[in-house]
Amino acid sequence: MMQTLRAVIARDVLLAMRRRADVATTLFFFVIVASLFPLGVGPDPKLLRTMAPGIVWVAALLASMLSLGRLFAEDYADGSLEQLVLAPEPLTLIVIGKVVAHWLVSGLPLVLISPVIALQFDLPREAIVTLLLALLLGTPLLSLIGAIGAALTVGVRGGGVLVSLLVLPLYIPVLIFGAGAVDASAIGMSASGHLSILGALLLLGMVLAPWATAAALRISLE
Amino acid sequence: MLEVTGLGCLRGERRLFGGVSFKLKPGGLIWIQGGNGSGKTTLLRTLCGLTQAMAGEVRWSGETIQTLGEDYRRELTYIGHANGLKEDLSAQENLLTTAHLSSQPASREAVTEALHGMGLAGREHLPVKFLSQGQRRRAALARLRLAHARPLWLLDEPFNALDVAAVADMRQLMENHLEQGGMIALTTHQDVAIQATDTQALRLDA
Repeated sequence: MMQTLRAVIARDVLLAMRRRADVATTLFFFVIVASLFPLGVGPDPKLLRTMAPGIVWVAALLASMLSLGRLFAEDYADGSLEQLVLAPEPLTLIVIGKVVAHWLVSGLPLVLISPVIALQFDLPREAIVTLLLALLLGTPLLSLIGAIGAALTVGVRGGGVLVSLLVLPLYIPVLIFGAGAVDASAIGMSASGHLSILGALLLLGMVLAPWATAAALRISLE
Repeated sequence: MLEVTGLGCLRGERRLFGGVSFKLKPGGLIWIQGGNGSGKTTLLRTLCGLTQAMAGEVRWSGETIQTLGEDYRRELTYIGHANGLKEDLSAQENLLTTAHLSSQPASREAVTEALHGMGLAGREHLPVKFLSQGQRRRAALARLRLAHARPLWLLDEPFNALDVAAVADMRQLMENHLEQGGMIALTTHQDVAIQATDTQALRLDA
């Protein structure tokens, strides 16, 4: 069982390493979206500090969505998704492997680069730490929720737009509590309440999302 | 033993086929024939459990394949119309990953040998995107050389894009599998004489 999980993760990470441009696109998108705001709204540090949590989180949501198209669509097109579904292991397990790999190549880089973005908005040190923690809890959740949308739209023409419509509303709680945590710690309050809710949402997502994704994949493959 | 009773499938509003029944015993070969769009691929997908049947059932050693689930999937190898190869990986990496994912871990040597057996010597490290159609099909079929432990082979147009020599190789491989008590269900438009103790033909558009 662990062997299969490891094999799926290794496969998807290896594929991502062969196409590094795709990984870089997500990261650059995140950096550029977040950097456009200071240019657009002007260099007032107070204004930027207030807006920073929201901007970074919205940029992270959009960047994470950008890479959802690759999660199942390519495997579907070349027939390897059928082979994954026919593997003598629970499909849920394979989905977990794919989601972990997706987070490693598209979520984790965002988390790691976020302190640099936060400096650009002149966030206080505690707020940067909170942002890092909130993204660490939130980005896996984005991958988990996104997988459901990606699985539902496998094989659908114009699936990319449909994924956004399906998935963005579900991202709202992550956005509210993620940005809320950073807001709270920027004004010197404790962020632990927001972070706990994010953690609880992540646990809920880890239990429910792979199961829902597996069901959606079975329907899409029929 | 694979037992199919009264199997029927719909595609949209249209009935593709209905009342398909047959039994496949160890060493048996079933040849699914029919024109384009007669439902050959759908039938094979239903046999592996990818598509739900509208009527009838598929049983493996007496149990329905839905009840067996993973235990049934451990008995079969399905090679579909699409090759299931990742373009960015080499044939060797593809085969190693597929072997791992289908719970039949294979060594690098075994994989290399299987690829050599399919006439891909010297090309095993080349990304699949640089291979020709026929070579890709060979790489996909190389899986069968590692799948003798899986009794049931479900093959959708295995001979597509293969040259004469590769077709002969495949025929040999299938005959070996049948001799060892394997079972094969295949669709093909090509006339290939495979020797089996028990050969059946199933016409879908009749």
